[in-house]
This record gives sequence, structure tokens and C-alpha cells, in this order.
Amino acid sequence: MTNEQDLENPKYHFNVVKWFSISAVIYLIVGALVGVFIAAELAYPLLNSLGMPYTGFGRLRPLHTNAVIFAFGGSTLMATAFYIVQRTCHVPLWSNKLAWFTFWGWTAIIVAAVISFPMGWTQGKEYAELEWPVDIAIAVVWLSYFFNFVMTLANRKTSHIYVANWFFLGMMVMITLLHVVNSLAIPISWHKSYSIFSGVHDAMIQWWWGHNAVGFFLTAGFLGIMYYFVPKQANLPVYSYRLSVIHFWSLMFGYVWLGAHHLQYTALPNWAGSLGAAVSIAMIIPSWGGAVNGLMTLSGAWHKLRDDYVLRFLIVSLAFYAMSTFEGPIMSVKNVNALSHYTDWTIGHVHSGALGWVAMVSIGAIYHMVTRLWDREIYSVKLVNTHFWLHTIGIILYIAAMWVSGIMQGLMWRATDEYGNLVYTFIESVAAMHPYYTIRMIGGLFVLAGASVMIYNIIMTIRHGKTLAPAMKKA
Amino acid sequence: MNIKEKFSNLQEKLEKNVWGFIPMLALVLSIGGIVEIVPLFYIDSTIEKLTKEEDSIRPYTALELEGRDVYIREGCYLCHSQMIRPFRDEKERYGHYSLAAESKFDHPFQWGSKRTGPDLARVGGKYSDDWHRRHLIDPQSVVPESVMPKYAFLEKSIIDDTMTVKKMKGLSHVGVPYTEDDFNGAVEEVKGKSELDALVAYLQVLGTMVKFEEGKDYRE
Repeated sequence: MTNEQDLENPKYHFNVVKWFSISAVIYLIVGALVGVFIAAELAYPLLNSLGMPYTGFGRLRPLHTNAVIFAFGGSTLMATAFYIVQRTCHVPLWSNKLAWFTFWGWTAIIVAAVISFPMGWTQGKEYAELEWPVDIAIAVVWLSYFFNFVMTLANRKTSHIYVANWFFLGMMVMITLLHVVNSLAIPISWHKSYSIFSGVHDAMIQWWWGHNAVGFFLTAGFLGIMYYFVPKQANLPVYSYRLSVIHFWSLMFGYVWLGAHHLQYTALPNWAGSLGAAVSIAMIIPSWGGAVNGLMTLSGAWHKLRDDYVLRFLIVSLAFYAMSTFEGPIMSVKNVNALSHYTDWTIGHVHSGALGWVAMVSIGAIYHMVTRLWDREIYSVKLVNTHFWLHTIGIILYIAAMWVSGIMQGLMWRATDEYGNLVYTFIESVAAMHPYYTIRMIGGLFVLAGASVMIYNIIMTIRHGKTLAPAMKKA
Repeated sequence: MNIKEKFSNLQEKLEKNVWGFIPMLALVLSIGGIVEIVPLFYIDSTIEKLTKEEDSIRPYTALELEGRDVYIREGCYLCHSQMIRPFRDEKERYGHYSLAAESKFDHPFQWGSKRTGPDLARVGGKYSDDWHRRHLIDPQSVVPESVMPKYAFLEKSIIDDTMTVKKMKGLSHVGVPYTEDDFNGAVEEVKGKSELDALVAYLQVLGTMVKFEEGKDYRE
């Protein structure tokens, strides 16, 4: 009983949150490790041949993206949603058993992914590669998460639903819709199927999914995390309630349109791409509204950043959020997209969002939760600081390398001489990438090192940390 | 009651009632998709109309289809696009810009999003079969600076011909116009062939099915 019923919060179901939190950290390390390896493959292509055919770039890249998005990101979202919904509703989860079903189901799906991708079992659509039996499992487990969350909200003892939960709800509704539609396929065998859509229609639906995996899974959900943990860690109320309402509904309405900007100048009709780009530009406003709302929560208390390293993760994540949500709309403008599309600039942009925004806000939230869940002070505040700098330096190396090299690629491809002939062959642009691919790999190593410091610190906190001071428990 | 008050009343109600909140979300979240995606299925000009002389777009043969499945399995689309944009440099490097019609039988589409390697939309016929085989087995032996993995193992891997007809029938259920003759000849076509043979057959047909009329604007 004492195991399940946390001493500090006798009525909440926190064990499942603990397991999701620890899983998230492990998946962060695994995802970063695979990322570093495939980055090394691009810099040193001989590495592709190590375990042929299972470890080539084409088979491992989905393993990396799925590990970081769905294993790390997903576990973080499940840990935080179950934590926040109990804390803000003042009731335990509707069903502890169902929450454990979600945990083991999600774990089984991740195991299936780890087997599927090296085997080459894929539907061939980015971020939706898993084959149809796993897709069905994802839908079932996702709905179990959704249902438990909604029922807990329905049971709440507070009069209003707290803003963090709105964002989680938005994510849950939209991801259900996206996953079901984009995964529609005709099965051939248990590990082979074909999308029911083809060509231009498949492309539009795929990027409707692709951009909303970013917009809802990696943004809305993590904004839910932001709206709970930033005020909690800072011990201050959210800057503006009205801004949260505007931020929320405009984000929900707007994000859905953006997918088409991935298909500028392709065979997708022009009107769709332009519509996607126009809404993308407009999205700067709600995105920055949200970032400002988070940042200004610290208004008048900026000194807290000096010694609270967890808060530093959370706040810097918002700076990266603001930066990527500015960069994204710029890249969706046709003239810019003409240069940036197909280059590593896109990869840099994704990682400033993924490592800067998603990973940093998650890391901050997990450090915060670990101290509350296990009722311990963090083992080493210094190591949190070390992690912060390793992670930050890693991101800077990574995105700077990809910016420079991405723009270089784009310029080399389009360069023509005075007679209108191409100046560079394609392979010259590949050769020019080598130093940047190496820098990117080193950036990834920094992130990986930081994540390793994190798991050490968390293990030591659980095993050897001091009990949390009573004042902190209330916070 | 003015509009502002009405909105804040509605917001107040939603925040107190999760069963009202979810349908409202579903509504707001559907609008973008309904306006931007659904019309693509109804507007005729989404897929270009081609003249008889131009249009020889056909479903992939059994061997090409098996090759395409190897292409998908190995994740080739993660480094190679199949979508040429209407720019001068892309025309010089890759050929005529791609049409939606050219991928109308592609389940899933393989336009890609990244060019770690060059675009392949019109690679068909550009190099000899022999070049492709050598390049796939050991890319660096042909192009020393290449970062492409070696796919020598495809040469020893024989196609599972028990799946081919199933695949074609599956695709015909989602609109690819395969005929009885296609099904009947499928096993014979792929029997004993390696995955390398199939992949080369697929690469060699890419972008070769439309005869473009010089100077005609296909995207209107």
C-alpha cells in the first residue's frame, strides 16, 4: 500500500507517473544514441555496413525519430498528463489499472518499433512508419490514455479545468484523428500494407499528419507541460489568463492548416500550399503569445534563474520555442522555402524545436517531478547545471552546423554560371557537407552526455537524496 | 450582452464542462482539414489532364512493384526526393518538373522531404542497368564522395514470389487498375529475380511515363 500511496499525496496514483518518467529519461538516451549513430553514418558512411542490412541509415532513421518523438516525447506526455491532471483536479486518476495498461501498452509498442525498423517493416510515411498491427495497438493505447484523462477531469473537485489540461485535451483529440486517417492502409501481410491514398492526396494527408505531429504531439502537449511546470517551479501564477485563452484557441484552430507548407512548389495545387504558408505566418502571433505568457510569468522574479537550474531549463525552452516558431513561418514562405526545402536547414529547424523546446521543457518537468514524486531533494544541483550546459552547447553546435550547411547546400544546388550552366555537381554539395555532418554529430554527443548525467543524477536522487523540505512539498 | 461577454461566457462554460469542451475542440480542429484537404479529392484539376500522346502512365509491373517495395523498406525516400520543382536549376539537373499525375498510382507517395542524395523522380534511363547495379552494390566505387550505404545484400536476396499477386490485388482494391493478365503473369515475371534486379527495374522506370510537350504549362 505504501508503495502505491505516496506519503505526501496519499490519494494520488503516482507510481505509474514514476515509471513513465524514468522510461522517458531512458528513451531520451536511446533516442539520442541512435541519433548520434546515424549522424555518424552521414559523416562516415562506412558505418552503414556494420550490421548489414539492419543498421543502414534508411532503416535506423525511423528508429531515431520514433524513439525521440513517441518513446521519449510520448512517455513524457503520459507522465506529465497523469501527474498534472491529478494535481490540478485534486482527485486520483479515474482508473489506476487503465493507467498501467497505458504504460505497458506503450512500452510494448516501443519494443515493436525497435524490432520493426531494423527489419525494414515500414509503411514508408515519415513519423508514421509503423505497420498496421502496431498502428491499431497505438490507437487502442492512445484512447486508453485519453479516456482515463477525460474521466479524471470529469471527476474533478475543482470548479474549472486548469489551462494545462486544455492543451493536453487538444492534443489527444487531434492526434486520434490524425493517426486514424493517416494510417488507413490495406494490409497485405502482418508486416506489409499500402496506404489507401496515393500520390498528391497521400502527400497532403501525410503532411497534415506530419506537421500536426509537431503541432499537437510536440507543441500542444508540451505547452500543457509549460503551463503547469513553469508557474510551479517559479512559484508564481501564469502571467495572463486571457492570453492563455487566446493562445489556446488560436493554436488549435491554426496549426491544423500548416501541413501544406511542406509541399511548396510540388505537384500539390498552388492554392493549398499558399493557404498553408499564409496561416503559418499568422501562427507567429499565437505562438509568441504563448511564449510570452510563459516567459512573463517570471516578470519581477528573473533572479530566480540565477540559481534555479530546473527553472533555467524551462525558461530557455521557451526561448527556443519562440525562436523555432519564428523560423518555421519564415521557412514556409515560398521564396525561402525554395531554398531551404530538401536541405539540412530543415533538419536544423526541427532540432532547434526538438532539442531546444521539447527536450528542455521535458527535462525541466522531469527534474521537478522526480523531487516531488520521490519526495527527495535533487542529489546534485551542480550536475543539473552541468546537464544544462552540455545540452545547450550540443544544440548550438547542432543547429549552427545545419543552418550554415543547409543554406550552403541550397545555394550550391541553384548556382549557375554566366552561360546558365550549373556550377556544382550534386556530389560536390555532398562532399562539402562532411565537416558540418561531423560538427552535428559532436553536438549530438554533447546532448547524449547531458542526458547520461541526468539519469545518473536522477538515480542518485532516488537512492541517496535528502527528503524534500516541508515548504517545497506544498509548492 | 456584447460579443466579448458572450465569448467569455462560452469559455467559462467550457472550462467547467469537459463534455462540452471535447466537441468544441473536435469542431475547431476539423475546419482546417475540411477546407484544405477535402477539396483536393473533388477538384478535377488536382491531377493534371494529359493528352493521349503525353499520357502513358501505367501501374508498375510486378518486378517494378517489388523493386519499389525494396525502395520503401530500405528507407530510400529519407534521403532521395521524387519531386522536381519548377526551377531552372532543377530542370537542368533533374529534368521536367514533376506532375501529380505521375504519382497517381503511388501508394504511398514517395516525394520525400530531403535531398541527402539527388532527386530520383526522373532517374529512369539516365544510367545503364549495369551502372545501377555497381552503384547499389558499392556506391563509393562509382562515386567516391558518396555517403550512401552499400546495398550488396540485395543481390543475394531472392524475391518472395508468393507475395507479388497479393500485393497487386491489394493495390487494385485501392484503385490501381491492374488486370487479370497482370495477375497471371506476375509470378513468372519475378520468379528467381533478386531484390537488386527489382530495384533496378523500378529505378529505370521512374519519370519515364509522360512525354512532355516542350513549353507547355502543366500546372494551371
